[in-house]
Amino acid sequence: MSELLPYLTMGLYFGGTLLFLLYLWHRSDAISKISLVATGLGFVFHTSALIMAMVSTGHVPIMTFKDAMSFFAWGLVLVFLVVGLKRGLEVLGAFILPLAFLSLVSANLAPQSADTLAPVFQTVWVHVTLSILGTIGFAVAFVAGLMYVMQERLLKSKQFNVLAFKLPPLDFLDSLNQRSILFGFPLLTLGILTGAVSAQLTIGSYLSWNSEQIWALITWFFYFAVLMGRVTAGWRAKKAAYLTIVGFAGVILTFVGILIKSPQPMTPL
Amino acid sequence: MNIIVLGLNHRTASVELRELLAIQDSRMGEALGRLMAYSGIKEAMYLGTCNRVEVYAVVEKGEWGFRQLEDFLVSTHFSLSSEDLLPHLYRYSDDEAIAHLFRVSASLDSMVVGEPQVLGQVKEAYELALTHRSSGVILNKVVKKAISVGKSVRTNTRIGEYAVSVSYAAVELAKKVFSNLKQRVVLLVGAGEMGKLAAQHLVNQGVKEVLITNRNHHRAFTLAERFHGQAVPYEQLRSTLPKVDIVICATGAPHYVITKDDIEMAVYHRMNRPMFLIDITVPRNIDPAVKDVDNAYVFDIDDLKAHVGHNQEERLKEAETAEHMVREEVGSMVAWVRGLEATPTIVALRKKAEEIKQGELEKVFGRLGELSPKERAAIEGLASAIVNKLLHGPVVTLKSEAQSQNGFAFIEAARRFFELREREIHSGEIPLLEDETGDGVTEEPLPQKDGV
Repeated sequence: MSELLPYLTMGLYFGGTLLFLLYLWHRSDAISKISLVATGLGFVFHTSALIMAMVSTGHVPIMTFKDAMSFFAWGLVLVFLVVGLKRGLEVLGAFILPLAFLSLVSANLAPQSADTLAPVFQTVWVHVTLSILGTIGFAVAFVAGLMYVMQERLLKSKQFNVLAFKLPPLDFLDSLNQRSILFGFPLLTLGILTGAVSAQLTIGSYLSWNSEQIWALITWFFYFAVLMGRVTAGWRAKKAAYLTIVGFAGVILTFVGILIKSPQPMTPL
Repeated sequence: MNIIVLGLNHRTASVELRELLAIQDSRMGEALGRLMAYSGIKEAMYLGTCNRVEVYAVVEKGEWGFRQLEDFLVSTHFSLSSEDLLPHLYRYSDDEAIAHLFRVSASLDSMVVGEPQVLGQVKEAYELALTHRSSGVILNKVVKKAISVGKSVRTNTRIGEYAVSVSYAAVELAKKVFSNLKQRVVLLVGAGEMGKLAAQHLVNQGVKEVLITNRNHHRAFTLAERFHGQAVPYEQLRSTLPKVDIVICATGAPHYVITKDDIEMAVYHRMNRPMFLIDITVPRNIDPAVKDVDNAYVFDIDDLKAHVGHNQEERLKEAETAEHMVREEVGSMVAWVRGLEATPTIVALRKKAEEIKQGELEKVFGRLGELSPKERAAIEGLASAIVNKLLHGPVVTLKSEAQSQNGFAFIEAARRFFELREREIHSGEIPLLEDETGDGVTEEPLPQKDGV
């Protein structure tokens, strides 16, 4: 059963993704209900798999690239279920679910690494968990930015189609964008700090200037600038949307950097 | 017994004619009394809206009923003759009458499909009929169902969700930029009629503040009072812009009142907080080039009209779903009404009793084993006697009361006491059983086609 769970999860997320994309172009609300059920069921399987892994290893399963991506996807779906159900915004699913599904797929495409961590590395999991949670925040900001740009274009070009009807209002998307960064940024900061500390403990240096660390720092400065720019220079609305879309590209590059370096124990961001 | 409707609506008659037939609520008691005084009309309801005048009735014989309703409508207004009226009237009976009422209450028969008022008007008409005791078992059930169908169409389709007036379209578009209009400040420039309407819609949404400016400051003051807003001197228009989220422009000026520069400056001072601008006048008062300013969204009258046109299409698509829902509900309602006939009810009742009797007899014969034909006949006779004697009272009462004013209540009660479902009554085509009292059902069963 436990071997089946990842496939069930992936299958259900795939179904949810397709249905949500269909929902985007279709007037009927019934589709979104079915895709919500598929996603919810997938989430239940996903959570069970995570709990099983946690029970057997004693910590959040994030030590391999595959596990980390799976945890990332899990967090994204959780955010969608919470925000989407609370606000009645099923349309978010059409953007978040594909991202979650792709993360799971890339997790399974990545080379399998059978690392058994040296005991001293066990402290690393705090750093990794924090970094992934921070990344989830940026991913949601990216989704909000993407939806903002789409809705903005539809309004400017005066296309009153189904998509424009379903996408949320601009100010909601802008505030979702800001809140997601406000959620992700402190976590990323803590993630980087704990990473530096555990690096000091294990290899005796806070920073080794490898590519992923450099990208992580660039990412950190970038989102710091985005947050500051909103307050001081009015980087909000359309500008903020574009910035977060670009910023997420930086995050993805960091992941790719880690992927290339696999199968080392991963230290994302 | 038939359910019939006679009426005229926005498609068949002019508004002048519809007005002549309108009956005020205060005179409804008298009107319904007049209706109920016709022999053969058992229940009646008068529905008058701006789109229609219709009389629903439960009558003994459909054809005769239509003539009585015509007579009633013609006599509503002294200047009317039947020649004026007849060409504009439509008549529906039974299934079609029920379907018509359901469509009306679901707003599918309205001039503006999906408009929300008609459901309330059906409710009022029904309440008036209740107050004046012209509604009975059948109309109670049918109209209540029509109201619930109307409600379910509103909640389960998007038929009412799309704005179909230009001024309301402004609100709908504003909501694509601002999720909560309650925190927004609106500026109304000028005093054009459409502008005022759009402002009124926004005020109804509970906007935080309304600012009004006009070349004629006195006029601005008058409007400010009406909207509980604040008048702003026209010279301060430019400096006010950064403070407002929504601008409605409706002046009579033949030139641009708000330029691209104005909005660029305003958005800059707002630190890129979006602005929403509506230009309702022709010629336009807001420079169309404003659309190139980031975070400023400007819509002119043509855009609003396009939005409304698109919405009307959407409503018509939703109407298809609604029609489907209505059709499904009509089916079960028609089955219920058919069951209210005395004859099929009695047939179903006897059939049920016969089935119970046969079932029990078989059980007893199985348990007793070998019996002589005489013994069998005695037991069967006993069972038949008990069943027939028990049924005698109800059957006689049903037959005699079916013709009375409360007839349907008796039939409905009988159906509930004996747990007769619509289906059982519907399939009541088996020959009637021999009635030991010789009180055989002699009245002709009504033809199935219009035999409701």
